[in-house]
Amino acid sequence: MGQIDESLRQTPLYALHQALGAKFVPFAGYDMPVQYPTGVLAEHRHTRSQAGLFDVSHMGQLRLTGADVVEAIESLVPGDIASLGLGRIRYTLLTRPDGGIIDDLMVTRTAAGLGLVVNAATKEGDIAHLEAHLKGRVRIEILEDFALLALQGPAAAAVLARFVPEIVALPFMAARDIRLGGATIQASRCGYTGEDGFELSIPAASASSIAALLLEQPEVAPIGLGARDSLRLEAGLSLYGHDIDVATTPIEAGLAWTISKRRRAEGGFPGADIIQRQLTEGTARRLVGIVPDGKAPAREGTEIWVGDVPVGKITSGGFGPTKGGPIALGYVASAHSAVGSPIDLLVRGTRHAARIVALPFVPHRYFRA
Amino acid sequence: MSTTRYAKSHEWIRIEGDIATVGISPYAQQQLGDVVYVELPQPGATLARGKEAAVVESVKAASEVYAPVSGTVIEANGALADDPSLVNQDAAGSGWFFKLKLSDTAELDNLLNEDDYTALIAELE
Repeated sequence: MGQIDESLRQTPLYALHQALGAKFVPFAGYDMPVQYPTGVLAEHRHTRSQAGLFDVSHMGQLRLTGADVVEAIESLVPGDIASLGLGRIRYTLLTRPDGGIIDDLMVTRTAAGLGLVVNAATKEGDIAHLEAHLKGRVRIEILEDFALLALQGPAAAAVLARFVPEIVALPFMAARDIRLGGATIQASRCGYTGEDGFELSIPAASASSIAALLLEQPEVAPIGLGARDSLRLEAGLSLYGHDIDVATTPIEAGLAWTISKRRRAEGGFPGADIIQRQLTEGTARRLVGIVPDGKAPAREGTEIWVGDVPVGKITSGGFGPTKGGPIALGYVASAHSAVGSPIDLLVRGTRHAARIVALPFVPHRYFRA
Repeated sequence: MSTTRYAKSHEWIRIEGDIATVGISPYAQQQLGDVVYVELPQPGATLARGKEAAVVESVKAASEVYAPVSGTVIEANGALADDPSLVNQDAAGSGWFFKLKLSDTAELDNLLNEDDYTALIAELE
C-alpha cells in the first residue's frame, strides 16, 4: 500500500486517477484503479442510474490493413466480418483448432481496414497469434499511443451529445469519428456494462483533458475495475480467463449467437469441425446464470453439486448490487442447465441451494433506434 | 470498565469480565470496501485463537476474520444478516461480529493496545 511497483505499466490517465483518490491494483501488468473513494457499490449504482467513466486503456487496440484483411481475419474468428458494413462492430472470438477460445474481441470495419480491441491480459499472445497466421497478408499495427475510455450508463448519450449532437443517432455496435476536446477520436456505441454507452479511442496526449472534460459533466463519475466487474457480471457478459478460455468452446459458453448462418455453414475458422458438431449435437456442459437462494455469494471455483454428484464449477461469482443479492456464472453438466434447475453450491464446506436462471441477471438497455 | 485491544489481523476485541465482543477495525472495513455479506459463527461454537471465526464479503472478495482469543461463542450479531453495511457504517460499534466467553484470559496479553494498533496501521498507510 502506498508503494509504487515499478514493473507495472501505467495508462495515460494514471495521474488523473491519483488525483481522484483511486485505490490501485495490479491488473494484467498495469497499475489500475479498482475503485474511487465512493466505493464499488456507489460506482455500480451510479453507472446504472447516470453515467460512469472507465479507463480501459490497458486493453489492446490494433489496426489491421491490407487488401485481403477481411478474408484473413475470418480465417481466425468464427464471426461474420465480411457482412460488416463500414463503421459497424462485431463481437467475436479468436479460436483454436480444438475449439478453445484464445480471446474475445471487438472488430470494427473502418475505412482503413479493421480495428480490433482485445483483452489486456491476452494482447501480447493475440498479436503473436495474428502475426504468425496473417504475416504477409495483413499489416498489423499496435495503437500504443491511444487511450481507451468507456462512458456507460443511461445518461452517456446525452452527455456526449452536449459536445457532439449527432452522436445520439449512432446505432448500437457502430462507430464513427468525432471531434471532442480538440482531438479526433473514434466513438463506438458498445460497452461491457449492459447499459447504453460508448467506448472512446483517444490519442494518448488528449486523454486526460478529455476525461476531465467528461468528468466535469454533472452526470459523470469515475468508475474502477471493481464496479466494471460487477456490472458485466449482472449483464451476463463473460470475462476472458474466467468464464471463457482455451479450455472452453464458444458453444459451451453460450456464444453460438456470435456465429452467423454463413459461417456455420462454410466453416473456415480454427476449430470449425468441433464447433459445427457441437452446434448440431450439443455439448456436455453449458455456461449458465446461477442465483443462490440465500445471501451468501459463491465465488469463482465454487463446486456445483446435484445430490451426490459434482456437476460443475462457478467461474465468476459475487454480489450484484442492482440485483440486490448474490449472482454467478458457471459451467454445469447440460442435463442440469435448464432454467429453473435446482443445484447446490459448496461454499466453505456447506451446501447452499441455488437455481439456474436465464441471463442476463439485469436486463440490457442498449440503444435501439 | 471495558478495554479494547486489537489483533495484528485487524480484529478488535472489547473485554468486560470474561466476555469479549469481537469485530473488525475501522481500518479493516475501509480496506475491504462495501460489505455485502457476513458469515458468523453459531452460538456454542468453540473458537481457537488465530483460527478462522467468520467471513466478511465485499462486492469483490471474501476475507477471513480470525478469533483474536480462544473461547466459546455466546452470541452472533444477527443485525448483520439484514444489514451487512453496519460493518462499514460503525465497525467499532453496532457492526460487531460475535461475543465470546474467554477460555484463557492470559491470551489477552498477546494483543495490541490502542496506541500500538494505531502505530501499526500508520505503518501500513
